[in-house]
Order: sequence, then structure tokens, then C-alpha cells
Amino acid sequence: MEHYISLFVKAVFIENLALSFFLGMCTFLAVSKKVTTSLGLGVAVVFVLGVAVPVNQLVYSAVLAPGALEWLGFPEADLSFLKFLTFIGVIAALVQILEMALDKFFPALYNALGIFLPLITVNCAIFGAVAFMVERNLNFTESVVFGIGSGVGWALAIVLLAGIREKMKYSDVPDGLRGLGITFITVGLMGLGFMSFSGISL
Amino acid sequence: MANTKEMKDVLFGPVFANNPIALQVLGICSALAVTSSLKNALIMSIALTLVTAFSSLFISIIRNHIPSSVRIIVQMTIIASLVIVVDQTLQAFVYATAKELSVFVGLIITNCIVMGRAEAYAMKSPPLMSFLDGIGNGLGYSVVLLTVGFIRELGGSGTLFGAEILPLVSEGGWYQPMGLLILPPSSFFIIGFFIWVLRTYKKDQVEAKA
Repeated sequence: MEHYISLFVKAVFIENLALSFFLGMCTFLAVSKKVTTSLGLGVAVVFVLGVAVPVNQLVYSAVLAPGALEWLGFPEADLSFLKFLTFIGVIAALVQILEMALDKFFPALYNALGIFLPLITVNCAIFGAVAFMVERNLNFTESVVFGIGSGVGWALAIVLLAGIREKMKYSDVPDGLRGLGITFITVGLMGLGFMSFSGISL
Repeated sequence: MANTKEMKDVLFGPVFANNPIALQVLGICSALAVTSSLKNALIMSIALTLVTAFSSLFISIIRNHIPSSVRIIVQMTIIASLVIVVDQTLQAFVYATAKELSVFVGLIITNCIVMGRAEAYAMKSPPLMSFLDGIGNGLGYSVVLLTVGFIRELGGSGTLFGAEILPLVSEGGWYQPMGLLILPPSSFFIIGFFIWVLRTYKKDQVEAKA
């Protein structure tokens, strides 16, 4: 149990997807103008990561990994070079299915997430987390924990940034720096803040 | 057929006037993580420019045959196939760098520059122009990436492409390296200042007061 808790804490704080690996930056900078919308997006990301990482882990270990096709009688087959194509397909399909399922069974949640769900397909945070899962050889349970943990970390980061940007409206930023420039510098400072977690060893 | 001036605009416009990173806010994810050394930045730039150019070319060739309802999947498949080629090539010839870039080569797939140009330009333009547009945007990305990589490697470790430029104090020289520049957040500051400099020259890019 302790192993999973430390994996979770590590994914949320120490290896925060947004602030230490800069994944999902495009949406991170574009959708962080208001706290409420960024909270919606954050929840959607937690949701998709929590599903997509474990599913891709299953696909990878059962089909793509070297020697994984032994159950079909091809012990030498190594399909791992197809992983990018497969992962992006699985993610796109999952988001689509998730969208339809939410629409059918949880219309309230579906309306709350709105346009953010389809946007998530092209969010590098999802793909990045899946790629990290392969690189670190996580097993199924670990990938569930890692998926949810990194989603929570990303959501935390975007909500924090949105909070800062809401306050920043009242400050007098130099002309050339207004908007995107100052946002970059803010995120850099936040990244420095999150680096202080990196001294924690679990 | 497009004339030379238009082709020039398409090719060089994105480098400064309409830079994908500084103005369009595309493709930042990988711009930040791979720039701690100039060599990684260079390889990443070449990889991304090739992928953008060829995906724009292929998408533009078949653009009239793609039903709009499945266009995202079609674009993704083309891009992902190109990225696989790039990834396999890197692993075969520069294995150490490929390991260092780790997941970021794969992340070219979800790099918004590639998708964005495919969607915004290649779907409506003839192949040659799309190819040039892809190269132009790739170059715009490369300029930012190489600038950041240059500053970070020179300031952070006193080297360029691994060759010593500023002799470090720890090795008997005089240069005290700036530790901050090795850390990932520094790339945010550098890009922030890059945007500031760019917008001081190009006043029309300044964002309106909210």
C-alpha cells in the first residue's frame, strides 16, 4: 500500500506533469484565464488519464511489448515500434467513448465538461503520461495510481495558475510582456516553487 | 501557381512575424523540456521541421479525399507514422540522444504545431505551399528552441555542443556556471523574455489590455 501512496504523491507533486515536464502546455496556457473553466478541464484530465493510462498499459503488455504475442504463438514478435500509432488511436477512441457514455449516463457531468473532453485527445499530458508509463514499466495497478495522480497534479497546477492570472488583471505589466509573456514567467516561478518538492525522497 | 513572393512569405513569415511559439502559442510542451543542451535542441528542431513539412505535404495531397468527419483521425495517423519513422531513425543512429529525449520524440505527435498547421493550412492549400508552410513553421519553432538551448547550455554549463567555451571554476577556469539555467523552469523565463524582445520590435503583436 505504501508503495502506491508514494507513487501517487510523487506523481502529484515531485514529478508534476505540467510544472516539471511541461506537458499539456498548450491547453495549460490557453485555458487558464478563469478558475472555473480550468477546474472543469482539470477534472476532465484526471478522468481521462485515470482511464487512458491503465487501458494503454493493458494494450501494451498484451499486444505490443516484445514477446507479448506469445499467447498467439508468436514469441519473437516485437510490435513496440507501433506504440505511438496505437496509443494515439486508443486515446482518441477512449475519449470518444467516454464522451458518449457520459452523455448517456451522466448528462450533468457531460454538460459541465462540455467542449473540454474532445480537446483532451490532443493534450500532450495524456500522451506523455502514457509514454512515461511504458518507459517506467509500470504494472496495471501502478498505472491506475500513476494515471490518477498525474491527472490530479496537472489539475492542481492549472487551477493555481488560473488563480494567479485572475489576480494579475490588476497589475501593471509592461506592454511587450502583457498576456503570454508574463504568463510564461509566472509559470516559470511556479515551476521553481514545485522544484522544492524534489528534495523529498519517498 | 503561386508566385515567388508569396512562397517567400509562406516560408519566412512564421520565423519572426508569425512565430508559432511566441505568437500562436503552439507546441510549447516540447520546447521547454529538451533545451538544456544545444545538441538536443538541434535534433528536436530537425525532427519537428521534417515531421511538420511532410505531414503538411501528405495531408495536402489527399485533402480532397478526406471526409471532414474523420479528418482528425486521418491527420493523426499520418503524423504518427512519420513520427515512428523519425523515432526509429534516431534510435538507430544517435541512440544516446534518443534516450535523453525519451518521451519527447513521441510527443511530436501531439505537438500542436503539427496538428495546427495540418488543420489550419494544409487542409485548404496545394501541396507545394503546404510543404513550405510546414518548413517555415518548423523553422520558427527551431529559432526559439535553438535560442533557448544556446542560452541554457552556454550559461548553465559553459559549453556549446559539448565543447568548452567558458572554462568553469571547478576545472580551474574563471566562469561560475549559473545553476538556474540547467533547471527546467529557466526555459520559461527565457521564452518569456524572448517574447518581450520580439514584441518590443513588433508593436502590432502586443496584446490588448483585458
